[in-house]
Amino acid sequence: MTATDFGSMLFVFVLATFIGLGVIRRVSRLLYTPLMSLTNAISAIAVVGSIVVTGADHPLTIRILGAVALFASMTNIVSGFMITDRMLKMFKKQ
Amino acid sequence: MHVISELSAVLATALFIFALYWMNDPKTARRGVRAGITGMTVAVVATWIQPGIIHHGWIVAAIVAGFVVGIPLSQVPLTAVPQRTALSHAFGGLAAGLVGTAEYFLWLGEPGGAHFTPFRTGALVVEVILGFLTFTGSLMAAGKLQEVRWMPQRPVTYPGQNIVNIGVLAIAVGLGVVLVLHPTAPWSGQVFIAIGVLALVFGVLLIIPIGGADMPTVISILNAYAGLAAVAMGFVLDNKLLVTAGALDGSSGLILSIIMCRAMNRSFTNVLFGAFGKAQPAALKGEQKEWKQESVEGAAQLLEQARNVVIVPGYGMAVAQAQHKVRELYDALTKRGVNVKFAIHPVAGRMPGHMNVLLAEANIPYSALVEMDEINPEMPQTDVALVLGANDVVNPAARYNKGTPIYGMPIIDADKAKTVLAVKRSKNPGFAGIDNELYVGDNTWMLFGDAKAVLADLVKQFGGGGIH
Repeated sequence: MTATDFGSMLFVFVLATFIGLGVIRRVSRLLYTPLMSLTNAISAIAVVGSIVVTGADHPLTIRILGAVALFASMTNIVSGFMITDRMLKMFKKQ
Repeated sequence: MHVISELSAVLATALFIFALYWMNDPKTARRGVRAGITGMTVAVVATWIQPGIIHHGWIVAAIVAGFVVGIPLSQVPLTAVPQRTALSHAFGGLAAGLVGTAEYFLWLGEPGGAHFTPFRTGALVVEVILGFLTFTGSLMAAGKLQEVRWMPQRPVTYPGQNIVNIGVLAIAVGLGVVLVLHPTAPWSGQVFIAIGVLALVFGVLLIIPIGGADMPTVISILNAYAGLAAVAMGFVLDNKLLVTAGALDGSSGLILSIIMCRAMNRSFTNVLFGAFGKAQPAALKGEQKEWKQESVEGAAQLLEQARNVVIVPGYGMAVAQAQHKVRELYDALTKRGVNVKFAIHPVAGRMPGHMNVLLAEANIPYSALVEMDEINPEMPQTDVALVLGANDVVNPAARYNKGTPIYGMPIIDADKAKTVLAVKRSKNPGFAGIDNELYVGDNTWMLFGDAKAVLADLVKQFGGGGIH
């Protein structure tokens, strides 16, 4: 990885953090529990790394580690989005 | 192919930001879930169709297994949501730790070690430490929340605990520095494994001294760690989507942690290393006052004659699964023209927003759920404050008694209501082991019993044409 990559990755990280802070600060206080399950599902984006490790032509032990990680991420994606929606359905104004 | 993955990363990031943006209002929040699912699908498909991916059977098997475990996990009762959340932080940490481990040994096997730039190796160390400590720490938190029998619920402390904890972490970080300097030495593999093991141990040690009342903060902090582990994975794999999504999760965990800490008037370090609940029970002013007990009939009469009632729910309501009975009481009172509101303290329950979700489940409209800061000015005009399984968050000692561990914590001013009715399971002190002055206040009457049973009796009083 070159020096430019290193810099641009940090750049992306800092900007994304600021956007995150700005957006999260406006989230309704009523919805902190669903917020946590939603961000949980989103951070299961680790699924992307897991797919690469599992699916590429790597030694068997490496792929086993990847498959367990893929399973864990997928569990978070499925249960995270589903329970968030289940909770949000319950919030009614009247 | 590169163009597809870059564009899909941008699209997924935008969708994730919208998903969180729409959470600013319950009316648009479900749209946010759909945006999140779309973004995730785009990211998964774009990764899967890359030419280097050949073992499709493995991927399908792991994804199917994820669905098989994930679907039942999304159907848990809402009182168990804190445990489920902790468990999902554990899964997130595990995934980061395992991918980091896989990458390290993959690169170690390649001649020359060209992958090991200092930045990347450093990110790898951070990923593995954060991932594995989040894994065991969150498992411990989930176990404590689930009240697993062999796991002590109360904080466990021993002399030199903080020195041991910080020492373990310092050794892990020190080994990390060694690894950055010598990523491919003959002994580097062992060093890497040692870092992982130390991180796993540290996660356990970190949660041992944490008690139930601190769980909302600790869950938020673990949330931030899980997000940062994903960011570190993004640095390692040179993947911007991982960095942005992880940063969104990390900032969410950070903001929630800050809000929870403020709501308890404590700092991060104090929560993690302070072992709440150890402090000596604060002495009451003057001689010990006595409880005044009220009958269910009397309580019902007070409620019926009131114009403004504020219900203050706490963890006791969740434990007793009393939210549906609360709804019945809410209906009975509203039907009689009583104005009923709910006062929600930020740390009531075992995770951020816990009370709101339980009350929403019981079909209580969210317009009746009022934040602490908004309800407090209304408390002096409140006829009856009904305290339901809440304890520390209504303890007036927090205002002035420096001897109590909750000193300085903002509270719901239940004691300022004209009359206080407090439902309590037993006559013992609450989780934090602190005597609650509210219970012996001049205008306070106690209702002893399981919250659900007491409410059922109360509601019965309102059945069949009112009280006589």
